Amino acid sequence: MAVGLTLIFGVMRVVNFAHGDMMVWGMYLAWVLSTRFGLDPYFGFVICAGVLFLVGVAVQRGLVDRILDAPHEMQILLMLGVALVLENSALMVFGPEPRRVRGVLRLSTIDVGPFIVDLARLVTFVVAVVLSVLLWAFLFKSDLGRTIRAAADNGYGALVIGTNVRRVYAVAFGIGAACVGAAGALVAPFLPFSPSAGLPASVTSFNIVIIGGMGSLPGAFFGGLLVSVAESLGAVFLRPSLKEVVSFSLLIVILLFRPAGLFGKRLS
Amino acid sequence: MTLPRVLLAAALAVLLVLPALPSLFGSYAVTVFTLIFFYGFLGQAWNIIGGYAGQLSAGHAAFVGVGAYAAAVLSQDAGLTPWIGMLVGGLLSAALGAVIGYLGFRFGLRGFYFVLLTVAFAELCRLVASNVDAIGGALGYYITFTGNPRHFQFQDSRAYYYIALGFMLLATGVVALIERRRFGMYLTAIREDESACEALGVDTFRVKLLAMVVSSFLTGMGGTFYAFYLFSLQPSTVFGIPLSVEIVIRPIVGGAGTLLGPIVGSFILSPLAELSRAYFAKGGWIGGHLVVYGLLLILVVLFLPQGAYPWLVKLGGGRFLGGGLRPPSDTSPQDGAGKAGARSGPS
Repeated sequence: MAVGLTLIFGVMRVVNFAHGDMMVWGMYLAWVLSTRFGLDPYFGFVICAGVLFLVGVAVQRGLVDRILDAPHEMQILLMLGVALVLENSALMVFGPEPRRVRGVLRLSTIDVGPFIVDLARLVTFVVAVVLSVLLWAFLFKSDLGRTIRAAADNGYGALVIGTNVRRVYAVAFGIGAACVGAAGALVAPFLPFSPSAGLPASVTSFNIVIIGGMGSLPGAFFGGLLVSVAESLGAVFLRPSLKEVVSFSLLIVILLFRPAGLFGKRLS
Repeated sequence: MTLPRVLLAAALAVLLVLPALPSLFGSYAVTVFTLIFFYGFLGQAWNIIGGYAGQLSAGHAAFVGVGAYAAAVLSQDAGLTPWIGMLVGGLLSAALGAVIGYLGFRFGLRGFYFVLLTVAFAELCRLVASNVDAIGGALGYYITFTGNPRHFQFQDSRAYYYIALGFMLLATGVVALIERRRFGMYLTAIREDESACEALGVDTFRVKLLAMVVSSFLTGMGGTFYAFYLFSLQPSTVFGIPLSVEIVIRPIVGGAGTLLGPIVGSFILSPLAELSRAYFAKGGWIGGHLVVYGLLLILVVLFLPQGAYPWLVKLGGGRFLGGGLRPPSDTSPQDGAGKAGARSGPS
């Protein structure tokens, strides 16, 4: 499951500590839509993505834009502040109890040979893969996508050839936020969530992105695969509660020997 | 009257007033002040590596945790007085700091990558502590109350007040010493431009490593206070990311890389945290104080990137010293030049 999610995570290039908290807001939005308006998360995720897109653009325009030239540390601190606000405003609004969205597909399974597959997870997986492919197509085939990659690659150069870099950054940030919003809504049917889920989600996704390689789409895919397999193995051979030790150790090793990640370009 | 003298006078005045306060205050105010001092102390310890050297560590909770567990376990299971256990905890934390620093600096991790490394180590510590049953596992470790000062336990909460005050002054003394020496200059130089510093022949690796060790030793000692002030240790709180954030946010708000920044930050944030916690708890809105934290952090980064202390000095300097805050000859890098010094240095 993590694979589909991390495909989406991988494209975000901004050091975004509020990542997981944006996902949690996506989950709560899906919850509100489904309990108040009876809208199933499998349709509601479109709205979640739209709202989170606006949130992302607002954060980029209002906050990150102002300190683009400041040292990297300041961006980290800024996003940490945003993360604190998002997580705890969720706590204030929705309370600490874990919630669960009841999707139409709950408890339905299908048999695939010897395996029993939870239909909700399967649908989420398929939608996530489709979204990722769409995202890939957008980034590599469309004009705006090419501009985003150009601005990410060399912001100054893009500025020189007449790109409105700030607008492009805002769109990129918005799309990233929309992706996590959609992801949150999609996993909400089978993953109970509470406001405090944001920080661990951020840390895990950083883990995956670093291991796979910053800004590399296949890196995020295989990084996610690697982390989930390693954690599952860790849970079998060590203790279930120690499974994260494996991924953090992996992270430290990767950081030391190949900070660009397994699939990233070598840092010069 | 030059600025250092003003500061000295202010510090002396504060020193004379603070010990007398507990006899005037109720127990709640004593608690708030104890927290101010304690977090001021932790912030000051962080300031050495995070503020002066500019190596943003977001995993300082690891050192608090190691120090806390070491002193608590030694006291409960081996009967060693925490007054000595405190040093053992400090040394263990320093060892951990040396490992993190060695790996991080030897492999040249900077900025975001160093942040992640420290977070990863803190999380590893948390996971290990929650899985070792000898120290209570995920349930936590509890300290039996004896009220014996030999066990770092006191009937009177004012004792903790004085100890926390002493801790804060100790750390500030250490930082003041560092700041005046060549070592402190090296740290600031590394923060401002590491490559240039290296080109001038400074062994930046050794300097950063030493800063990390000193910082983690002090933080580890603070762990003892944490353990015996709260009487219980939970891996998720004592090693958790939220505690690391608490440690980092005070020097940042107060002014990272300045002598009094962490203390000013603690005097701003700790009462704010207590007040807003009490205020929001009344309305049944948990988490409100952390929203306030987040907003404050955003505001500081956007509008006051050097923190409150340099700003206060500038304000006070303009008013009381006739604008003669810094004579042109004084170009020492240590005061005023905060993290984003290049962006808007005080003139």
